[in-house]
Amino acid sequence: MATSVEDPRIIEFDVRTDEMLVNMGPQHPSTHGVLRLVLKTDGEIVSETIPHLGYLHRCAEKIGENLTPRQWIPYTDRMDYLAGMNMNLGWALCVEKLLQHDLPEKAKHLRVIIAELGRVASHLVGMGAYGLDLGTFSPFLYAFREREKILDLFEEACGARLTYSYLTPGGATADLPHGWLQKLEAFLKQFEPVILEYHALLTTNAIFVKRTANIGVMSAETAINYGCTGPVLRGSGVDHDLRRDGEEIYTEMYDGYAFEVAVEKDGSYPTDHDYPGVPVDAVLGDCWHRFFVRMIEVIQSIDLIRQAIGRYSTAAGDWGIPIKLTQKLPKGEAYLETEAPRGQMGFYLVSDGSSIPWRVRARSSCFCNLSVTSELCRGCLIADVPAIVGSLDVVMGEIDR
Amino acid sequence: MSGQSFIEKLTSKFGGKITASNLEAIDPWIETSPDGLLEVCQYLKDDPDLSFDMLNCITVVDFCEPDPKKAAKAKFEPHLEVVYHLSSIVKKHTLVVKVQLERWKDDVDGQLPEIPSVSQIWRTADWHERETYDLSGVEFTGHPDFRRILCPEDWVGYPLRKDYEMPLEYHGIRGR
Repeated sequence: MATSVEDPRIIEFDVRTDEMLVNMGPQHPSTHGVLRLVLKTDGEIVSETIPHLGYLHRCAEKIGENLTPRQWIPYTDRMDYLAGMNMNLGWALCVEKLLQHDLPEKAKHLRVIIAELGRVASHLVGMGAYGLDLGTFSPFLYAFREREKILDLFEEACGARLTYSYLTPGGATADLPHGWLQKLEAFLKQFEPVILEYHALLTTNAIFVKRTANIGVMSAETAINYGCTGPVLRGSGVDHDLRRDGEEIYTEMYDGYAFEVAVEKDGSYPTDHDYPGVPVDAVLGDCWHRFFVRMIEVIQSIDLIRQAIGRYSTAAGDWGIPIKLTQKLPKGEAYLETEAPRGQMGFYLVSDGSSIPWRVRARSSCFCNLSVTSELCRGCLIADVPAIVGSLDVVMGEIDR
Repeated sequence: MSGQSFIEKLTSKFGGKITASNLEAIDPWIETSPDGLLEVCQYLKDDPDLSFDMLNCITVVDFCEPDPKKAAKAKFEPHLEVVYHLSSIVKKHTLVVKVQLERWKDDVDGQLPEIPSVSQIWRTADWHERETYDLSGVEFTGHPDFRRILCPEDWVGYPLRKDYEMPLEYHGIRGR
């Protein structure tokens, strides 16, 4: 007979129970697509989580070995389908790195506008869907209301609402239409105060804090060891953002832009805006911090877009004429990672000198972020599994490729 | 990480296990022999000047030309190249480590070539090695949980091999 129980959740401390396998997914609403988790449970406590992937696998890398780089752009859209623009950008920059292709000033600022707008749209879904995972429906509607306006803007710029294929090796398929920037500015003006509503709905909501604070705590060492990137890494307090620390071809896009990396440094988050305070229960590296980092990034992105609008309107050059569809690639190889909304998205291109790559590879950020699930879910309650997986904000299209 | 001195340091430490290097390439790379991989990786991670604490990506490039006409002109012997992309969060630098492998062990078709697993050094390797095995057919010895990850467990063949042929049907589902 046990006399003391350290963890009050372990109610079956001295009762012998059978282990049970519980299957979650692949159609479970909280698994963000077709992810199947097999949970080994003892009562309500999860002792092991085994993720099963591959339901969306279409071997995009093999397809890429049969197409020219520009023809592969639509396939990158379908990887992280919530941030198609950022996927396009990653691949386009990788090809440009191999070609040693330099972009006009204007094209770089255009890319900053588009990429950061894509980040906002993606984080809005991340935020709304996380609310859904935890059982609250309304933030999802608020998030989609604003995302819809971003999609309208994207539709006007490139004609598509989800699979854009807009940014492409060499620049973009077209310049921004007339009057687009004014619409963008109007949207930002309307959108910025709305974020306060989100903070009231979720970030500082007592129930939300109870469900996320001190749940799924991940140390910085674990995050780095598992290759976690993006908000998942920064949520653990690692100050690393490729927009600042990445390779030159990527960071030169952000040269001269003022923004702060959304990470807790010396016990406090950036103070350039009025952010809500950290709840007392929250521990660095838990679900709440991962969520909060995304919310700060939304505001940082708005700042970046505002700066980019000014620079774009006065910049010299054109929007970047795309390279020829059958442009010959130099013999060699290039690997480039960019800061996509969900983490560092890497593309690897090996060329034998023809116009079709010998090998392409997409390094998925969510793939690494998801691999930490079993580590985080060990010993948690079944009800916390959606909270943990949701806080990683995975998109299965990118994991399975 | 200054170019030449870094290579000299490595070769003096590991001798013939560093088989080639090119620090002038777009992405600087070094090449190790399969038996030296673990030592080199452990050193790259632990050395305070290098501290490659993050393994970004593992991938395999299959150098094999299935078309006999083109194969005559190809400038390489058929082989596999396992590529490790490393980076350091502290030092903000990157490095590529390559290992050359034969396409099939002892030239027997279907016998997978072997390479030691680095999953004890970086946990990222766990899933990446499973994916590499799944799609490119390389066996990582010493891996804690070695099975397919993206394709179904009963899938035949390794899709990213250049001579892979798409199956005509799978459990009654028509391919091609």
